[in-house]
Amino acid sequence: MAMVLAPEIPESGFSFENCKRNADLTKKGFAVPKATKTGTTIVGIIYKDGVILGADTRATEDTTVADKNCMKIHYLAANMYCCGAGTAADTEKTNAMIASQLELHRLNTNRVVPVVTANQMLRQYLFRYQGYIGAALILGGVDNTGPHIYSIFPHGSTDKLPYATMGSGSLAAMAVFESRWKPNLTEEEGKQVVRDAIAAGIFNDLGSGSNVDLCVIRKGSVDYLRTYDEANKKGVRQASYRYPKGTTAVLSTKVKNVVVEEVSVRHIEEMDTSS
Amino acid sequence: MSILTYNGSAMVAMKGDECVSIATDKRFGIQAHTVSMDFPKVFEMGPHLYLGLPGLATDIATVYEKLRFRKNLFELRENRQMSPQIFGAMVSNMLYEKRFGPFFVEPMIAGLHPQTFKPYICNMDLIGCRNEPVDFVTGGSASAQLFGMCESLWEPNMGPDDLFETTSQALVNAFDRDAISGWGATVYIIEKDKVTTRELKTRMD
Repeated sequence: MAMVLAPEIPESGFSFENCKRNADLTKKGFAVPKATKTGTTIVGIIYKDGVILGADTRATEDTTVADKNCMKIHYLAANMYCCGAGTAADTEKTNAMIASQLELHRLNTNRVVPVVTANQMLRQYLFRYQGYIGAALILGGVDNTGPHIYSIFPHGSTDKLPYATMGSGSLAAMAVFESRWKPNLTEEEGKQVVRDAIAAGIFNDLGSGSNVDLCVIRKGSVDYLRTYDEANKKGVRQASYRYPKGTTAVLSTKVKNVVVEEVSVRHIEEMDTSS
Repeated sequence: MSILTYNGSAMVAMKGDECVSIATDKRFGIQAHTVSMDFPKVFEMGPHLYLGLPGLATDIATVYEKLRFRKNLFELRENRQMSPQIFGAMVSNMLYEKRFGPFFVEPMIAGLHPQTFKPYICNMDLIGCRNEPVDFVTGGSASAQLFGMCESLWEPNMGPDDLFETTSQALVNAFDRDAISGWGATVYIIEKDKVTTRELKTRMD
């Protein structure tokens, strides 16, 4: 029997308890609201010493820009990162879930997890949901067999490519790669090509915008370059529109004091999980 | 019409210098028919932790009770206070569990970290995609108007008094342009040593 101190462990996985109600509401003409989409340009290339991933930083809700500086390059493992396009919550949660499975896999096998493993986990997960989990991903990483880029579609099909683009700005970005990508690019050349591909998406696709994020993965090291290029600088406000104190008419004020009796900070050494 | 605008709501949270604000309107209506002008949508979840739930009124009640239960259980089990970041993760995961049959709320969280007192604000969409900006978050049926107000009024490093004026004016002027929200407003200013709750005088039409 469930009690407060010993509650029943809830079932894992998705819950469908609201589905019937929501379907009935839809039938009555109350549409299910749109979820945040990334509406994205994401890219990945292989260069001489590894891979470079790139992404813009705009998230949209219908036509409103919901987030001007969101992170679309997600952590999967120490040697692997993954860009996400599509439904923002799906890309975030899918990557978080696979990241934890990959870490357990690494601890079980005591090896650097190969990139194919992550690819297989992601595609099997997405195929199981038949495209209803709207995550379009670009997976990039370096393992013992070298650098790899995979593009993964929401229905679970994957491509292994030397350079890949995804999202609504994929055509603009691919145009840059088709004209300028070549094998054995140097790191500087590679970063420039990726920046230009993302910038092509930012300026030519309305779903993409704001800044350029890059992630350079080499064998044994990663550079996560958050806001590598601020492609769109916000204009400086000419005047302050601050209201003078007392502008707002207040009916009543209630102050609740928070008494801080004691603050103790305990610093914890990071747990060693390297071996 | 989307079900998120069935009852009407306007809500905003802003970051200031060592303080945060969260403000909401008080209307509860059924489409154009106003039922109540004293409907709570912002809830105190801890001394420095406030949760705002704009959206469908029935789901506001359900989600609030579920979160209160889970947060209290966490604090009993762990014998420590929940930080706004952890609370945000909990809300996000709870909403994503219902990915294919969501609750129609777009929660926002404003608070200070219980130890460091670092300001934190975030909001999320109805399936739990978190957005943690450095300036402000908006929600409800007047969110578009609020975006416009906040984008022009917000400045970095505002003290509690300036933060109150900015938040209040942003909210009041935004919901005056939205037919289904307004009818009174409550503004919470959360500081390290106190939380100030102010009821605003607004248009009642």
